[in-house]
Amino acid sequence: MDLDAVPQEGNATLDGHAKLMYARDAQGRVVTTRSRGWEAEEIVTSHAVDVLVEQAQAARERVAQGLASPLEYWMYERRMDVALLSQTSGFWQWRVRRHLKPKHFAALPEKHLARYSEALGLPISTLQGLP
Amino acid sequence: MKFEHQQAAHCESGVISNLMRHHGVPMTESMALGLSSALSFAYLPFIKLSGLPLISYRMPPKAIIKGLLAPMAARFRFETFRSPEAGAQRLDALLADGQLVGLQTSVYWLPYFPPNMRFHFNAHNLLVYGKEGDDYLISDPVFEEPVRCASADLSRARFAKGVLAPKGLMYYPQAIERKAVDAASVTKAIRKTVRNMLAPIPIVGVRGMRTLASRMQKLPSGDPRSVDFIGHVVRMQEEIGTGGAGFRFIYAGFLQEAAVLLDKPQLQQMSERLIAIGDGWRAFALKAARMVKGREPVDPAALADRLREQAQQEETFFRDLKAAVA
Repeated sequence: MDLDAVPQEGNATLDGHAKLMYARDAQGRVVTTRSRGWEAEEIVTSHAVDVLVEQAQAARERVAQGLASPLEYWMYERRMDVALLSQTSGFWQWRVRRHLKPKHFAALPEKHLARYSEALGLPISTLQGLP
Repeated sequence: MKFEHQQAAHCESGVISNLMRHHGVPMTESMALGLSSALSFAYLPFIKLSGLPLISYRMPPKAIIKGLLAPMAARFRFETFRSPEAGAQRLDALLADGQLVGLQTSVYWLPYFPPNMRFHFNAHNLLVYGKEGDDYLISDPVFEEPVRCASADLSRARFAKGVLAPKGLMYYPQAIERKAVDAASVTKAIRKTVRNMLAPIPIVGVRGMRTLASRMQKLPSGDPRSVDFIGHVVRMQEEIGTGGAGFRFIYAGFLQEAAVLLDKPQLQQMSERLIAIGDGWRAFALKAARMVKGREPVDPAALADRLREQAQQEETFFRDLKAAVA
């Protein structure tokens, strides 16, 4: 990539930050320069964020209909999935899945809620409801 | 502590070159990447990030730091901790001692990252150079300026769980005996990179690229999961840790430094060729991103073809690089 081809497209996901990039100058030397971002990166990053937002949104509706526990909403809101929540909370994946059901979540003792609270970085009272 | 922050394209090469410079060793980011033979490719379908395979364009975390130990005759201390409290205590003690400390952290739990960049990715590297009140003073190499982070947030980021969990990993040099890079270690490092890239293992190097191409070929074009997969490949390439094209441009910079150090002008031409290969990766990323955005029909087979083309070019490139340093 030549220096004048370094993208300065103002990638919104960078939130005003600039990246350092390596490119070739007019003398053929590889030098560093700052980039305000690239469209291709913005597209794929936004896509990844959108997928997570949609999952959280869908979970929110299921919670409202009484089909899922608020834990499912907060899991996606924190950009996690069952596998990651299982790793961070220390519960087996099948137990996490079980706790995503309203009935089982409602019956969780304080100490189990505390593990989710720690894993998600949220107070227990927040976990028990929707924002 | 008097510390000079310098922005870098990639976190680990940035951290280690800043740390080396702090200790009086002139070391560019590209030299750190090249000398540690960290340029690579790996397709690891059994390691999942949000259900998608890990695709890496470099050696695993810590490889850049560890790769510099022998050529710089350096000794580093690496420490991990069972509890966040022990980790924080040790970090504070080292800072009080005037040490510059490297840390491995999660990205998600660092509040100074832009919200849309905060994903659960645990192999981020940064340097801590001081503490003021409850705030750590941080040189995060991918940011333009030094940043600050409250102790509770940093602690969470250091002890995040999941894939590549950092376990509070910190590192700092105990001795760096050699202050300049010598020609013999550069030659050795290039040979090692060539070996990695041409390794006879289906998930590593150019073979890994071909395996990923076959996987991509099989994606059903109508399934939204295919779009997620394509977007993920580009993110691993361009966003998370600079990725494929980025690393190739940095390595091209290293080859230019090597051309002078080894007095081999042919490495200058190799550098030119690698820049062209990097451009190919960027063209691939752009095409893939257009499919994700819906500007072009989703065509996994076309992307797979491009990947095979990249693999072919890199195979020839690394064969020739091997000959150039023989």
